[in-house]
Amino acid sequence: MDVLSLSRIQFAFTIAVHYLFPPLSIGLGVMLVCMEGLWLKTGRPVFHQMARFWTRVFALTFAIGVATGIVMEFEFGTNWATYSRYVGDVFGSALAAEGIFAFFLESGFLAVLLFGWDKVGRKLHFFSTCMVCLGAHFSAIWIVVANSWMQTPAGYHIVGEGLRVRAEITDFWAMVFNPSAMDRLFHTLCGAWQAGAFLVVSVSAYYLLRSRHQDFARSSLRVGLVVGLAASLLQLVSGHESAVGVAKNQPAKLAAFEGHYETMSNAPLYLFGWVDTQEEKVHGIALPGLLSYLVHGDTRQTVEGLREAAPKPEDRPPVQSVFQLYHLMVAVGFGMILIASLGFLYFWRGSLFEKKWMLCLLVLSVLGPQIANQAGWFSAELGRQPWIVYKLLRTSQGLSEVVKANTVLSSLILFGLVYLLLFAVFLYLLNDKIQHGPDTADLTPSGKLALPLR
Amino acid sequence: MDFGSLDLNTTWFVLLGVLFTGYAMLDGFDLGVGALHLFTKTDEERRTLLNAIGPVWDGNEVWLVTGGGALFAAFPMVYATVFSGFYLAFVLLLVALIFRAVAIEFRSKQPMRWWRQMWDVGFSAGSVVSSLLIGVAMGNIAWGVPLDERGEYAGTFLDLLHPYALLLGITTVALFSMHGAIYAVMKTEGELHEKLRGWVNHAIIFFIICYAVTTMATLIYVPHMAARVRGNPWLFSVAVLNMLAIANIPREIHYGRDGRAFVSSCVAMIALMGLFGLEMYPNLVLSNPDMAHSLTIHNAASSHKTLGIMLTIALIGAPIVLAYTVSIYWIFRGKVRLNSMSY
Ligand code: HDD
Ligand code: HEM
Ligand code: HEM
Repeated sequence: MDVLSLSRIQFAFTIAVHYLFPPLSIGLGVMLVCMEGLWLKTGRPVFHQMARFWTRVFALTFAIGVATGIVMEFEFGTNWATYSRYVGDVFGSALAAEGIFAFFLESGFLAVLLFGWDKVGRKLHFFSTCMVCLGAHFSAIWIVVANSWMQTPAGYHIVGEGLRVRAEITDFWAMVFNPSAMDRLFHTLCGAWQAGAFLVVSVSAYYLLRSRHQDFARSSLRVGLVVGLAASLLQLVSGHESAVGVAKNQPAKLAAFEGHYETMSNAPLYLFGWVDTQEEKVHGIALPGLLSYLVHGDTRQTVEGLREAAPKPEDRPPVQSVFQLYHLMVAVGFGMILIASLGFLYFWRGSLFEKKWMLCLLVLSVLGPQIANQAGWFSAELGRQPWIVYKLLRTSQGLSEVVKANTVLSSLILFGLVYLLLFAVFLYLLNDKIQHGPDTADLTPSGKLALPLR
Repeated sequence: MDFGSLDLNTTWFVLLGVLFTGYAMLDGFDLGVGALHLFTKTDEERRTLLNAIGPVWDGNEVWLVTGGGALFAAFPMVYATVFSGFYLAFVLLLVALIFRAVAIEFRSKQPMRWWRQMWDVGFSAGSVVSSLLIGVAMGNIAWGVPLDERGEYAGTFLDLLHPYALLLGITTVALFSMHGAIYAVMKTEGELHEKLRGWVNHAIIFFIICYAVTTMATLIYVPHMAARVRGNPWLFSVAVLNMLAIANIPREIHYGRDGRAFVSSCVAMIALMGLFGLEMYPNLVLSNPDMAHSLTIHNAASSHKTLGIMLTIALIGAPIVLAYTVSIYWIFRGKVRLNSMSY
């Protein structure tokens, strides 16, 4: 294989593994704030126990998030040197800001969150939990801003020529608030909240099925379902906003999402289907006019098709995979709304605990956000192809010139083995923690935490 | 913010120096603790060492991450050239850092002997390999690497492992071990404390030997790295400060003033990095043999505008980061005691 394919596989593999963990850290961060906040407010011991238990799970996801994140930070330089020279002036600032504003905050206060239970008072501990959660959100902000700039560049100009050509910032805030940044940030965060909330839901439902730790499980389930339902509903709103943005800023990508070749009014929306890339049409079930309606709020408006947006085949993204991944994400999105609403309804009515099938469904629900998160990123990134920076730099032009295919192959194999090991150990330890369950000792706070709140 | 006529390129050269010195001073001690880890015998001793760095090692590593981000933003040419040029070395560094990070987190999660031994080795090997590779990278930057006219690296992986670079690698391991031993002395008590005290002295001797050899090798084989000090004799004071600080460490340890020994060790590192920076300036990566292709703070930098934006970000961020870093070290001051939350 050539350097380009290998580098792309390596980047996609390492970021995909990394992205299993940050959403959990962000989402569990929110759950921890809720649980500890509830404990401070109500003083009920079970909330303290919950906060302690989920902190341990958080520590696990966080550790692997960090370990795999460091790879990402340097991979732009190792594999995409030409890209780095081209965008460093713009993209680098966002990455550096992430270090200063996010990682320091997160890792610093994590120390208090994990090791400070006895050492600091309640308020300070809660404050640290909030800061860890905030730090995780900040890192999402900066990295999504940076990535969105690659999707919809703004606030820059191109200087130099030949080998020295590069993008330079002209307007920092225009770069930060580039056309897709806020929609994508909101959407990514909702995905992360779902990931955290449904992990809690899933583990609690598992305990209920097994009739273990009942009190703990009910309380966790309630917090998880509320956050999960809210995030799932917001996800629909933010996803719609993103789609409208994509239609405006990256018409070729939207066309690939929907397998939409012909520019037309009353454009249909496919529920699912198979793209025939030779004949340039989709076989599947369509709702006529809905795409036009969703994009413009009016079925009579036209939606640009791929033939017009990217007439030359070499300017098109891989339509089939983008279409399927995008539809997978949306399907899962609606699925999550359904599951969360049903779960919430039954919980509210008090009939949830007899419904074994519903509990089983809730146990499985943890997979949904993970699948949709991966599918979402893959469709967004593949939909941007063949550009690494949209309409400015092609992915094939971004490579490191001095790195040979064999070298990348060896690093790819190395990362493959290491990540496989990490992932196996992660599952093993996570399962171990879940089987072990919450500690009864954690019902009573100790050390300075035991002091009542003044 | 508008920084007027301030020389932003030089400012960022200095700020990067500060970031990497901060990294050496902070992560240096937990890498050093890792290097010593396998010399301890009992599970309790090992847990004590791990918990001595437990609350802070992650924050320390962020100095490297932020340094990398700042390098990317301020001097993208250097970021691109060095990371793609030293590809395999950096991949190994990343793998070493991964093992180290997860070993700390995973070791205590299971009681089995084989489990703990496995992660002990991961932690220790990861620490030693990271320190070594960081030193080798510094050695290559000092010695100079072959760059072509576009500023791309023109050598191979094995070219990076020449004797001078390896020597600097070993010196770095020695330096971090010494630093880590002193930190561990500060954080422990009882029998382990006494044992570590002895180790500090061994580590100091090891470091001083390496240091002497490196200094001589630099003077003889890498004359460009001594040129500026030779040309400006008053700069010799930095070298003297460095030597005094190192000489002070055994003295403070002898009197049981562990904290001061740690400060001396930090001062020694600052002086070393200061010398390194003084000799490199204004180059960031020396091209050897063709000096004209070197990457400097001028031909490798981002635009004036971006450097200004970054400085604003740094000026907002740095005080906040420093404030809570200090508070967190304060909260976890004193000797380590194992409890239910410990690793
Ligand atoms: C939406 C969220 C998100 C996304 C898309 C990414 N990350 Fe990430 N990253 C996080 C959210 C996050 C996090 C939740 O904030 C982590 C997980 C654990 C942690 O320490 O922070 C993290 C960790 C983390 C670390 C370790 C920080 C430390 O040592 O504390 C680095 C260096 C990166 N990331 C870098 C990247 C890069 C270069 C990415 C893209 C190419 C990337 N991350 C995608
Ligand atoms: C976290 C989830 C992410 C996933 C799953 C993901 C997935 C992918 C995939 C699959 C590719 C390869 C595209 C191809 O080869 O056709 C890619 C490329 C890339 N992505 Fe992402 N991405 C993610 C996040 C990010 C983020 C946050 C950034 C930037 C900060 C980013 C920057 C890049 C870059 C620089 C490439 C270069 C290679 C290329 O475009 O092919 N990605 N990503
Ligand atoms: C409910 C229906 C959903 C719709 C209509 C929707 C829509 C979209 C759109 C249009 C994009 C592309 C944005 C771009 O390329 O700029 C996107 C990306 C993405 N989606 Fe969704 N989505 C939905 C559900 C979900 C769910 C349930 C998750 C995860 C739990 C998720 C996670 C993601 C992620 C991580 C990305 C990549 C980041 C980004 O580009 O914003 N989505 N989504």
